[in-house]
Amino acid sequence: MRLALRPYLLIVPALLLTCGILYPFGLGLYYTLFDFSASKPQPDMVRFENYETVFTQDAFWNSAWVTVLYAVGAAAVETMLGVAVALLLHRSSLVGRVLEKILILPLMIAPVIAAIIWKLMLQPSVGVVNHLLKPFGLGGVQWTDTPTGALLSSIAVDVWVYTPFVAILALAGLRSLPTSPFEAAAVDGARWWYTFRRLTLPMLWPYVLVAVIFRFMDSLKVFDIIYALTEGGPGDSTVVLQIRAYLEAIRFQRYSFGISYTIVLWAVVYLAAMILVRHLGKIQRKAAEAK
Amino acid sequence: MDTHAHDRRRFLALGAALAAAPVLSACGAGFGGDDDKSDGSAADDVTGSFDWKREKDTTVKALLNKHPYTDALIADLKAFTEKTGIKVEYDVFPEDNYFDKLTVDLSSGRASYDVFMLGAYMVWQYGPPGWLEDLGPWMRNSAATGAEWDQADFFPNLLQADQWSLKAGAPLGQGGQYALPWGWETNVVAYNTEVFKKLGLQPAKTFDELREIAGVIKDKAPGAGFDGMYGIAVRGSRSWATIHPGFMTMYARNGLHDFTVSGEKLTPAMNTPEAIAFTEDWAGMVKQGGPPSWTSYTWYQCSSDLGAKKAGMLFDADTAAYFQAVEGASPASGKIAFHPGPKGPGGSLATNMWIWSLGMNAKSKKKSASWLFLQWATGKEHLRKSAITHNHIDPVRKSVADDAAYKDKMRHLPGFIETFETVVDQTKIQFTPQAQFFDATTSWAAALQEIYGGKSAKSVLNGLAGDLADKVG
Repeated sequence: MRLALRPYLLIVPALLLTCGILYPFGLGLYYTLFDFSASKPQPDMVRFENYETVFTQDAFWNSAWVTVLYAVGAAAVETMLGVAVALLLHRSSLVGRVLEKILILPLMIAPVIAAIIWKLMLQPSVGVVNHLLKPFGLGGVQWTDTPTGALLSSIAVDVWVYTPFVAILALAGLRSLPTSPFEAAAVDGARWWYTFRRLTLPMLWPYVLVAVIFRFMDSLKVFDIIYALTEGGPGDSTVVLQIRAYLEAIRFQRYSFGISYTIVLWAVVYLAAMILVRHLGKIQRKAAEAK
Repeated sequence: MDTHAHDRRRFLALGAALAAAPVLSACGAGFGGDDDKSDGSAADDVTGSFDWKREKDTTVKALLNKHPYTDALIADLKAFTEKTGIKVEYDVFPEDNYFDKLTVDLSSGRASYDVFMLGAYMVWQYGPPGWLEDLGPWMRNSAATGAEWDQADFFPNLLQADQWSLKAGAPLGQGGQYALPWGWETNVVAYNTEVFKKLGLQPAKTFDELREIAGVIKDKAPGAGFDGMYGIAVRGSRSWATIHPGFMTMYARNGLHDFTVSGEKLTPAMNTPEAIAFTEDWAGMVKQGGPPSWTSYTWYQCSSDLGAKKAGMLFDADTAAYFQAVEGASPASGKIAFHPGPKGPGGSLATNMWIWSLGMNAKSKKKSASWLFLQWATGKEHLRKSAITHNHIDPVRKSVADDAAYKDKMRHLPGFIETFETVVDQTKIQFTPQAQFFDATTSWAAALQEIYGGKSAKSVLNGLAGDLADKVG
């Protein structure tokens, strides 16, 4: 009897965790069918009206566009930089080993703290960045005062925090690659670029794609870095979907409407994850064949 | 086809995506309805003669914002416990998180905190759902309220600011008393006397002069020994808090309104030709003489810049300058003076205000003890002590403002008392009360940033008015 129960007991923690996620999710989904807000604590069922309002608002499309720009920009730069850093660190040297330890430091800082630190460093009059750029005639840059500057600055902070994450994943991937194909290429006199393009990259792709999936999905739901750096400004230029949802649900207390934003964001992340994970499967199979 | 792998991937994607909806759980406590609201007040249960010891051995839980007023309160809590036998437990949060914490707590319908700090604007948000106890019945009940509390001693505009009928557009000073004024701020101009003397400047009498002086300081101060100094510090972040201090004060002095009220209908008025012209001028002033990176400026940066001699003037809460002006507080200590700021075209000194108030949770199970705490915290004895021995200014009570010891303490700050006395009667909440206040003012701040960034004021403010007409009207 005890033995028969064991499998069920073993899945209890996972079951509880799943319920803990699904219950508020289902409840949130249910709330979106009402017009629940602080000013209407006894709401009426409005069916899909909240979603209709979301999709007909210019503010939503602006936020969706900013979110995609941010996620694509951050994930792309972090991936390229992360892989480049991993390739440099992969060459075993004392400097590489020391840098490897230092590299993970930004990951140990909470993103919101990193954003506050960068906000101070980017401050035009007293910030260290403009102080360092002054000798080059660039001491007066107002980093977060223009829509483009604010978005690029936010992406830059994201890149600073998360590039080490991509680098560590890529480095782990590089170290797990078989050595024989590279030795054979060296014997044949293959150049570095050829080896990289034909051997390293195809076999490293699954690791890179895992990093892309993590970073892209995480960037789609960014809140802390942007809110701490710009609060979504100037104007609406950095109001990503999460910030819009937070403002609607918490600050303006239109709960149902705010949750509708998060449900839409969930759908976007789900679709993106589906596509990327499917792609990952194909790449894993190709990489296995290459090995 | 590997269907298991396919399902696994789908499950992985689903799990990852679920993490994208963190706000969902914040509202997971069920519809926080007002279904147990009744017409009767718990104040009616208090009978007999007034007694400070009535609720001895009770514990009251307070939610407080990190602030010098709070420091003064905490320092004096022992006196309250000795007087009443009531213990006060408290949590203190920084302002960035404070109102989110309070909002979530109140909306959950729990009574985690019996009393809390709030601003008068929050009454418009927390009042309509029934989260705030109407303190009127407590104030009127002589068994619950001691004679020495003396309601008439409060500046009347402050008590009125926390009183509302919960109807959008209805004037303040009618209906329930949803909080009590505890400490407040008028919005005036503070300036660096050193730079004014060196450049031969006088405080601005008109808005045109203010803009001009801001530009002169930014152009000339760095060359006159004030390295990196700009003209005027005003808030600029994408937040409701950007609108209410200097901007709203000058806006009101120009005779402008946020909304016009006709019956129960509110029409946005920030896009009238006069409002557009004023907003353009304000953004122009910031460009000409304001801080670099203005769009991230909160009260903290504004206040710090005045103290660090980076700003020649500050148009914000008088307390924001006061905390830099007190001896030893900043490099500019002893060199900061106060002035009511420019008058409007008709000579108006209409001034907007912020009131740190104290409120009671309508769901509190310890209302009688909570009321004793509110009564003590807003009473003459504690407020006088806090104002004189701590930094609890501006006083909400006339007796404290007129107190010789308080005046002696403030006299060394040039112009502080005179400025306070000049604007106090014209200081009130200049906004139209309505539940969407935070949405409207946050959008207004975003619009101001866009105008500062070079967009047409007319088109931005027309867009804002159109958007708000749907939400508020």
